[in-house]
Amino acid sequence: MTLFWAFIIGGLICVIGQLLIDLTKLTPARILVIFVVAGCFLSGIGVYQHIVDFAGAGALVPLPGFGHVLAQGTKKAVNERGLLGVVTGGFTAMAGGVTVAVVVGYLIAMVSKPKGDAR
Amino acid sequence: MDKQKYAKLVKESSPGSNVAVNCLRAFFVGGTICLMGQIFKNALLAANMQQDDASLVTAMILIVIAVLFTGVGLYSKLGSFAGAGSVVPITGFANAITAPAIEFKKEGLVMGVGAKMFLVAGPVLVYGTMASVIVGLFYYFLGGR
Repeated sequence: MTLFWAFIIGGLICVIGQLLIDLTKLTPARILVIFVVAGCFLSGIGVYQHIVDFAGAGALVPLPGFGHVLAQGTKKAVNERGLLGVVTGGFTAMAGGVTVAVVVGYLIAMVSKPKGDAR
Repeated sequence: MDKQKYAKLVKESSPGSNVAVNCLRAFFVGGTICLMGQIFKNALLAANMQQDDASLVTAMILIVIAVLFTGVGLYSKLGSFAGAGSVVPITGFANAITAPAIEFKKEGLVMGVGAKMFLVAGPVLVYGTMASVIVGLFYYFLGGR
């Protein structure tokens, strides 16, 4: 059942992004920023976890899920280290994904030819 | 007159239907990427991985696939079809890191690849970090710890 909701909710979050692109003058970069910040705050007040609970990857894979990981990582760090966790939690939570993207992205950039279509 | 009326109708309706078609494409491609993510995650959970670790490894797998697609030029092809369906998932973030790194290679390894990698990812990390600190402060001072 999670597979079904992952598809539906993940698709719907992308539709929200598409509507923002088509109906407003927001660039994709701005939409990504808005999604991450929105996901972080929705997770901070405890709303986003409910979506994750039934939609799984449908809520975690889109960019608001990245914000959710930041918020949950920060809360966990605050629980463990107090005020220090406020400044260590976010980066700790995103370390794995960002490091893989940077390292693999760098290696692939070294062996790929420019295509003239960078955003 | 009928022809003019028809032309007017087409003109009026086409932007709307374009939006509908774009949304449908974004829905199917975005949904499919998330479905793939859930399939990976289920497999990892079945291999006795913990929830958080399974989520992270799922994101990593999707990121690596997106980077490889970007390297061979397939991700931009997907993007021209899927619009937000390819931008909003974590794969779009990986693409946003890799595509400029490839394009700006000619500007050097430091100010080309190194700096341009974060052309789009940079703002996401900056505002994501700001938001996480705000959440952390609220949680520390007001949260039910």
